[in-house]
Amino acid sequence: MSKHHVSTTVNGDPVEFLCDTEQSLLDCLRNELGLTGSKEGCGSGDCGACSVLLDGRLVCSCLVLGVEAGGKTVETIEGMATGEELHPLQQKFLEHAALQCGICTPGILIAAKSLLEKNPNPTETETRYWLAGNLCRCTGYDKIIRAVLDAAAEMRKGA
Amino acid sequence: MQDRVKGPKYDVVGTRPVRPDGADKVTGRAKYGADHHVAGQLAGKVLRSPHPHARLKSIDASAALALPGVKAVVTRDDIKDQASEFVPAGEMLINYRDVVRNVLAREKVLFEGHPVAAVAATSEAIARQALKLIKVEYEVLPHVIDVLDAMKPGAPIVEDGMITQGVTPAPTTPSNVAKRVEFALGDVEKGFKDADVIIERTFDTKPVHQGYIEPHACVASVSEDGTAELWTTTQGHWIVRAHCSRLLGWDITKLRVTSSEIGGGFGGKTVVYMEPLALALSKKARRPVKMVMTREEVFKASGPTSGANIRVKIGAKKDGRITAAEGELKFQAGCFQGSPVQPACMCAFAPYDLENVKVVGYDVLSNRPKVAAYRAPGGPIAEYAVESVVDELCETLGMDPIELRLKNAAKEGTKAAYGPKFGPVGMIECLEAAKDSPHWNAPLGKNQGRGIAAGFWFNIGGETTVNVQLNEDGTVTLMAGTPDIGGLRASLAMMAAEELKIPYEKVRPIIADTASLGYNFLTGGSRSTFSSGMATVEAARSIIKQACGRAAKLWEIPEEAVTFEDGMFRPAGENAGNHKPMSLADIAKVAGKTGGSIVGVGAISAQGAAPSFGVHIADTEVDPETGKVTVTRYTVIQDAGKAIHPAYVEGQYQGGAAQGIGWALNEEYIYGEDGKMQNAGFLDYRIPVASDLPMIETIIVEVPNPRHPYGVRGIGETAIVPPMAALNSAVKRASGVRMFELPLSPPKVLKAMKAAKGK
Repeated sequence: MSKHHVSTTVNGDPVEFLCDTEQSLLDCLRNELGLTGSKEGCGSGDCGACSVLLDGRLVCSCLVLGVEAGGKTVETIEGMATGEELHPLQQKFLEHAALQCGICTPGILIAAKSLLEKNPNPTETETRYWLAGNLCRCTGYDKIIRAVLDAAAEMRKGA
Repeated sequence: MQDRVKGPKYDVVGTRPVRPDGADKVTGRAKYGADHHVAGQLAGKVLRSPHPHARLKSIDASAALALPGVKAVVTRDDIKDQASEFVPAGEMLINYRDVVRNVLAREKVLFEGHPVAAVAATSEAIARQALKLIKVEYEVLPHVIDVLDAMKPGAPIVEDGMITQGVTPAPTTPSNVAKRVEFALGDVEKGFKDADVIIERTFDTKPVHQGYIEPHACVASVSEDGTAELWTTTQGHWIVRAHCSRLLGWDITKLRVTSSEIGGGFGGKTVVYMEPLALALSKKARRPVKMVMTREEVFKASGPTSGANIRVKIGAKKDGRITAAEGELKFQAGCFQGSPVQPACMCAFAPYDLENVKVVGYDVLSNRPKVAAYRAPGGPIAEYAVESVVDELCETLGMDPIELRLKNAAKEGTKAAYGPKFGPVGMIECLEAAKDSPHWNAPLGKNQGRGIAAGFWFNIGGETTVNVQLNEDGTVTLMAGTPDIGGLRASLAMMAAEELKIPYEKVRPIIADTASLGYNFLTGGSRSTFSSGMATVEAARSIIKQACGRAAKLWEIPEEAVTFEDGMFRPAGENAGNHKPMSLADIAKVAGKTGGSIVGVGAISAQGAAPSFGVHIADTEVDPETGKVTVTRYTVIQDAGKAIHPAYVEGQYQGGAAQGIGWALNEEYIYGEDGKMQNAGFLDYRIPVASDLPMIETIIVEVPNPRHPYGVRGIGETAIVPPMAALNSAVKRASGVRMFELPLSPPKVLKAMKAAKGK
């Protein structure tokens, strides 16, 4: 069977790729577009390492088909910084040592960005529940939560 | 952070700079195992056994090979067998007879998921299709999963003809017990006679997985001339090189292994699974081959740690002084021998200064994946049982759990049951810090209880090489060979900057491949900051010495007449003359004219690793209606010797605690009667998520290790040792019921609470 031709927007840029019907968006990002920042930890939507924003909505890209991205906008970790300037969340993750191995970090940053877009002033509990779909095995989440809350405070100051 | 010991003041060590690999990791740029792509690469997949135990009668791959797009198939016929011989591999002994069988089944398949064949094809879809075309004839055999069942007479024998080692006279009939070990000190019978109180309990734990979020992944490329490149996610690429060369019969120098960024390991990435298969496939196909495990494969076919059955008996005087301690530990090893029962026996009673101790351990085979190291292998299981009994002893005697532990605490000079006498150790300092902590003195709410438990891990040193190059502008490039799993590059750069008196940002640390640096044992045993740190210091000091020599040459004075202070090289002494002091950058600039490049090498076998003790305080609330245990507050107190980068030390404490909380409350391998794992995914094998946990408070105690230039102790492993016992005791104090089995899942806790009420 011939492949599908998909036109979409990734991190603001128009892109096109060919994919099979069963290929996930994650697979397309990583293997067709070379954007390996989104990670596959489980392939079943349980770990959140592949989190991206699809038309602004937080999704596990392993549970979305590549063809479903047609005509939509996709935001991945590769588009989070602006030029040389890191996003406040990225900066706070570094300052708080909120990563150890770093494999879950892209997914958590995307999920946290989505949280702060909806709720600029989340409580610790709200943050913990929002990020409950993103597994981290290294940190015990403590420094991650602190980094997100600190970034939120800084972004509110700047807003 | 609590500063309990006055140490020297440092400029860089002890501060919290941003890690050098940080920016790449928050932008998605860092390359992990599955992120590497080579032109022309094939996709490799593994055919796995659907049976927990079967004789492998025949494998016919002809139909798979005939499928267009399939470039190579590897079966047991393509990999030479290895003799049964135990050879040293760092701190462990390994038997390549078992390694070769774990990589690819030979006579029998020994667990569900055991690799039977591997395929390389032009796409993953074709590779998967090819797996279905491989015809395998199995003769299904009876299987055994549980450790106690496996020890029963008449149990299905996992390894044909296996005779228990460590028993005299040797048994005459085969069994699943590979080995018996014993550690003893003093006279336990006499000790129990002297006791006023004796408590004896038996506990069960289930196997749990390391649960790294990054599945195993590698890319192998073998050239026509037999040289090979391997990219893989591993805790030790020299170990991968050794195992792969041995299994494939290659000269070590032919194989160059690069460790990718590693997405978690916790001990589980210290062994080879797909790497030899990828190399063998690449050699056959003459194309690069990439292999990535699915999460299901990770659960079913990579190393969990043992489940165990442990009996602990402790006797004590009324005043709380322990007179005798005895343990019997039965560990399931999976399908090949080598469970961590020996270290478990060794550390079981290590937190205490005891006269009479006896610990016996059994290493038992069953039809499960071979266990791999998991953070303080064996320690958490042993300490869960021992510390739970110590807690019951405190209750029985009506003593404060910290007071009883202080009365028996290991200290400098304590002779451990496993042999050595401790140097300076921080058990008492940790207990005192716990006693003074805000957490220990805080009030508790309704249905809440507080538990405390101690933990210990040995920590190791070992073979390590670090290369520090002084660049022509005075900056420094540092090559280490222990994969950076949680901030190592930051710590090494900090120690180099401290020694060389240059800013931290002027040091660029990288993890070198096996062809670029001398041998390094793996990142494990909490050794990388300790050992690579020691080698870094040695390399940096060599640079200073060489730089003194260069200054001496320029100034035409003896080398001894040059001093290095506050970052400047100066002539010293009356006859040294009057020369303008030079910085390291000044020396670097003229290195070419004064003798060539300045490179410091630290090539050592690091000695003097020192144990780290820790004490955890856990508060839980137990829901009387559902039995659900919620952790409401948690504090880790642990001796770091010296925290080079305190934020990453705290991170290790918090991460170890979180893994222990998962082990205590949720995690377990669940098997059906058919011998197959029923929860091989993150949905059903539930590791803690953010909403399961509170903030995890930390107190860094620093009792310096006198054998390390900065006083460092390994700290990564001890942090997972105390949580299960601390939570078990907290649940007892919250609910009134004492549990003897992990995990403390709601149905079990509820059942126990109902049974207690009914009494």
